[in-house]
This record gives sequence, structure tokens and C-alpha cells, in this order.
Amino acid sequence: MGDEFVILSLAPLLIGICAAVACALPGNFLLLRRQALIGDAISHVVLPGIVVAFLVTGRIAAWPMMLGAACAALVAVLLIETIRRLGRVDAGTAMGVIFTSMFAAGVLLLEQSDTSSVHLDVEHALYGNLESLIWLDATGWSSLLDPRALAGLPPELPRMALTLLAVSVAIRIFWRPLKLATFDEGFARTLGIPVQVLSLGLVVTAAIAAVAAFDAVGSIIVIAMFICPPAAARMMTNRLSAQICWSVAFATLSAILGYVLAGYGPLWLGGTDAVSAAGMIATVSGLILAGVAVIGPHRTA
Amino acid sequence: MLLDALLLQIGYNATLVTLGSAALGLAAGATGTFLFLRKRSLVADAVSHATLPGLALAFMLMVALGGDGRNLAGLMAGSALSAWIGLLSVSWLTRRTRLAEDAAIGAVLSVFFGFGIVLLTVVQTLSAGRQAGLESFLLGSTAGMLFSDAILIAAGGLLVLASALALRRPLLMVAFDPGFAETQGIDIHRMDLAIMTLVMAITVVGLKVVGLILIVALLIIPAATARFWSNRADRVVLLAGLFGGLSGYIGAAISATAPGLPTGPIIVLTGFAVFTASLLLAPGRGVLSAALRHRSHQRQVHLRQGLLALAQDQPVYEALTRRLLRRNGLQRADGVPTSEGHSRAAAALRDETRWQALRSSAHLSELSARDDGLTLILDVLTPDQIAELDRRIATAPGTA
Repeated sequence: MGDEFVILSLAPLLIGICAAVACALPGNFLLLRRQALIGDAISHVVLPGIVVAFLVTGRIAAWPMMLGAACAALVAVLLIETIRRLGRVDAGTAMGVIFTSMFAAGVLLLEQSDTSSVHLDVEHALYGNLESLIWLDATGWSSLLDPRALAGLPPELPRMALTLLAVSVAIRIFWRPLKLATFDEGFARTLGIPVQVLSLGLVVTAAIAAVAAFDAVGSIIVIAMFICPPAAARMMTNRLSAQICWSVAFATLSAILGYVLAGYGPLWLGGTDAVSAAGMIATVSGLILAGVAVIGPHRTA
Repeated sequence: MLLDALLLQIGYNATLVTLGSAALGLAAGATGTFLFLRKRSLVADAVSHATLPGLALAFMLMVALGGDGRNLAGLMAGSALSAWIGLLSVSWLTRRTRLAEDAAIGAVLSVFFGFGIVLLTVVQTLSAGRQAGLESFLLGSTAGMLFSDAILIAAGGLLVLASALALRRPLLMVAFDPGFAETQGIDIHRMDLAIMTLVMAITVVGLKVVGLILIVALLIIPAATARFWSNRADRVVLLAGLFGGLSGYIGAAISATAPGLPTGPIIVLTGFAVFTASLLLAPGRGVLSAALRHRSHQRQVHLRQGLLALAQDQPVYEALTRRLLRRNGLQRADGVPTSEGHSRAAAALRDETRWQALRSSAHLSELSARDDGLTLILDVLTPDQIAELDRRIATAPGTA
């Protein structure tokens, strides 16, 4: 673990872990509420939001893009609900209609606008570029105590850490009502818990996590982390608090193992170039899920 | 320009793409209907994303064997294989673990896609000259479509369509009433697998034109659109094929008219435009028609209540009711009923009295469920039943 590791790998590794955990946390509740595919839908619809934000501001800047993505997510949720109610279409179909159409609109906008001068394309949106988030100002482990070097950290890291903090705090604050509403919505309603507001709040939290993670690591990690670690954790235990702990552990493990395998795996196999870290993190989370599905103590009930 | 494109007058390649897309849309729309009616639309999303690893592996295998990695048939075979594995994984996770189907879909979709991306980055590092731009399969690319590709796509699409139509009876039975289908000796699990196999075939066929991320739209949107226009399953299948084929044809034609109009997204957006128009305008289930129906029902209720008030010499204060009575020539501006108003009010009151009598009648009272406040009793009962009611009204004390 030398100085090279600090410069090249520390920041992407931490960003990957923060993104994975920030998505896995709300993912637990979405999974239990049978809304697991919301993460999938959100990660598709943010594309038009980001492109519109770029067209409006004319540059690649994090905050307008996150705002645009969040707006797009909100628009998508509203459209899905509208179609579901007005057209009496089932939820899965309404979701499928909206997210594919919005994604198609995003691709069209991207093709129509002049983005050749900036780094904005569909591939980047899908699998991000975790590997490029290196910490150029670092010289070694001692840089962690050097304020000047710390100022040169990739801005994605503090942003992702902040997002993780916000998501954790929100879940901690609303823990009891969220738990009640997730397992027994009718009972929660009789206790006077605003179930609808809570449900929307959960979707918004998920959207915030997805949009922040999307900016740093691309949408494929977002979808995988919303579902795989919570699904694996669900098969480890019957207690919600334990499930959350397991999912955090699985998400962290996927991020670390995936990043290391992507960066060093090909070298061990005699190759010369690293493979996509985002793809590898998703793959590892899938392997964990597959393993738990075969031997997990609570895989059936 | 668009007209030329629609008439297939702007070049060989554009014509190939347009006809291929139309065949694809037709097949995808009709096949997607079975999936839609079974309420499992999003399984197709998992299947289509699961094609990516197979696509990359097929490319690598073909290059390793010394062939051209871009051979469309070979890529299709590879992607079909990995889509099949993805499909089995969804099915296994749903049946053998406690995970719900949506979680299984999401897990398979993201993991297979992620693994596919890993393999894509491996492909990119292979001998640079042979980079096939496999990324073009993510969103489709019709720029360099060959005649053989178009034939493959059209023939594949029509083959899937024929299989779907041949299996339509058991498929529809399973979609509408799985319990009944089982009593008829239909293996539900096998039928579900059959639908999914067809979906997988469509996905593989559509990779080149629409790309694996958006192909699911071609399966879902036409079926959801067709559902607005008919309540009969076989018509929904036909209409979905029609809408899908139209979206493919028009979308491909539009995209051929100018640069920067990618075929796949334009086809999807064309389909979405048809969907939105149907959602608003379709007779019966459309929003506009529902709103009109609601308005007309509301007016009927107001008119009826107004007439009953007139019959009992009560003043009418409600604004809409007064306006309706006046406009229909039943009441003058000063609130006095016209002669037609008198006769229609009497008729309304007679109808109401008969309904009341019906409710207390021993052998007719079950028909009172038909009384929604608007249905005329003349439409429910036979003349001799009405005569019997009238006799009861005449003999009963205290009624008009």
C-alpha cells in the first residue's frame, strides 16, 4: 500500500464505497415495498435531466446537473402516476413506457446538441468513469493530513460523502414510521403516520442518492446497488436492522472487491489494461447475491 | 423530405432500415401484448440487458476463431444465449428464493449489464483494428446496415410473429385466467417460458436497430397503446402489431430525413406519441371520452333531480340544474314550468314512484339493483310487470 495507491486508488475507492452504501440504504426499503425497480427507472430518466441542464447552463457543472437530474426524476414519478391513474395501466407498464421514452428523449437531445467539446455521452452516463477520479495533489499517506493536498481531492468525494450522510440521517430520523409503513401500511395509517408522504419521501431520498452516485460512477452501479446488496441481505436475516447492516457490508465489499479486481485483476491474468470498475462492482455484487441465494440462511423464508 | 422518406424515395439504405424497422415493430408489438396482458412487461427489460455479455463474448469468440467479429448472426446467437441465462436466473430467483420478481428483474438486469460492460472494456483492449464499436448495440445503429442484416431482422421478426400468433390461444388463456388455464391442461410455467423465449428472440432481432436499452419500449408501448382501443384480446394483439409497425416505419423514416436523429430513440418517441394520443383521444378508455361521459352523466343527474323538484312544486335553486331545465325548454326564466316541463316532470315522478313500488314488491325487488337514479323503469321491466306495479301503487294508501 504505497504512495501510488493513495494517488490513484484511494479517492475512487472511497467514492465507490460511499455511492454503493448510499444507494443500498434506501434500496432496503424499496425492496421490501416491492418498488425495487424504481432505481432502474430513476437511473434511466436522469439522462434527459442532465442533458437539459447542460443545454441551459452551457457547461458541465455538478450542481445544475444534479438539479436537472432530480427534476427529471420528479417529472418521471409524476408522469408514471398520471398514466397509471388516467390510463388505468398497471404500474410496471406505466414505468416501462415513461422511462424508455424519457431515456430516448435524452439520447435524442444529446445527439441534437453540440456536446462534442465536452465529456458528455451516453456511455459515460451508463458506466461513469470511476477510475479517472484520481487525487493528483497527493504525495502519499501523509497527504491525508495536509490541508493543501486535501483541497485537491476530487469534488465527487465530499459530495458523495455528504449524500451518504444525508441519506443515513434521513433513514435514522424516520426509522420507526418508515419501518411501520413498510411492513404494515394499514396499521401505520391507523397510527396517523402520513404513509403517502413517507412513500414519496423515500422515493425522493432514493432519487437524491441515485443522482449523486450517477454523477460520480454512472447508472449501472446505481441500479445494482439499489437491489443486489439489499436482496442478498434479505436472505441473511429476518430483522430489518440486521438486514440494513448486512446490506451495508455487502455494498462495501462489492465496491472494494470490484474496484480491486477491475484495476489489478487483468494484470494478475497477464493482461495490460484495467477493465471497467463500475461494471466489475456490479458483477461482484451479483456474485455475492448468487452465493447468498444458494447458501443464505433465510433464502426461502 | 419526410414525405419522400415515408414513400421510401431517399435511398437504398434508408429503405432497408425503414422496412426492417417496420417488420421489427410489427413483431415486437404483437408479441409484447402477451407480456403486457400477463402484467410482466418489465421482465423484458431484464432479458434485453442480459444480452450484453453474450454479445461481447460472441465477438471475442469469433475474433479468436479468426473470423469477422461483427457478423450479425453470430452476435445474435451469443446474445440469445446470455439472454436465456438471464431469463432462467430471473425465474430461478423468483421461484426458489423469497425475493419478489421485481427484485429478481433488477438484480439480473444490473449484474448482467455490469458484467457486459466489463467484457466490453476487454473487447476495447483487444487488437485495436478490429474494434467493432459494440457500443452501437447499446442504442442501436442503422448507419451501416447491410442487405443481409435487413433480411435477417425482417425474417427473424416475422418468424417470431408467426410463433406468437400460433400460440395465441394458450398464451391469452394464461394471461387472463391462469387458474382456468391450468384446469385445461396448460402448463403455465411452460407458457410463461414460451412468451419469454419470444421476447428474447425479439430483443435479439432488435439489437441492431433499436439497441438493447430501448428495445423493451417496442414491446411495452404498442401493447399499452392498443389496450386503449379495444377490450378484446385478439384485437389488442392485432392493434399492437399495427401500432408497433407504424412506429417502426414512421420513426425510421423520420430519422432518415436528417442527421442527428438516431433511429432507435426516434422509433421509441414515435411510439410514445401514438401512446399519448391514444391515452387522450381513444373512445371508451381515453381521458377525453371519460371526461365527456362524466359530464353527460352529471347533466343527466341534474336534469332528473330538477324534473322531480318541478313535479313536487319545489323551487330549483341549483344553478346548473336551472340552466339545464331552461335550455331544454322545460322551465321559463321566472321558474314556472312549461307545458312540456309539466309532462316530463310527471313522467319522471311516475318513474320514481314505480321504482319505489318495485323495491317493496316481493318478486321484483331484486331488480332494484338496476336503479341508479337514471335508468328508466320502462327499460328494465316488461309492460305487464309495469301494469302490475301500477295496480299496487293504486291500491297502496298514501302514494300518489
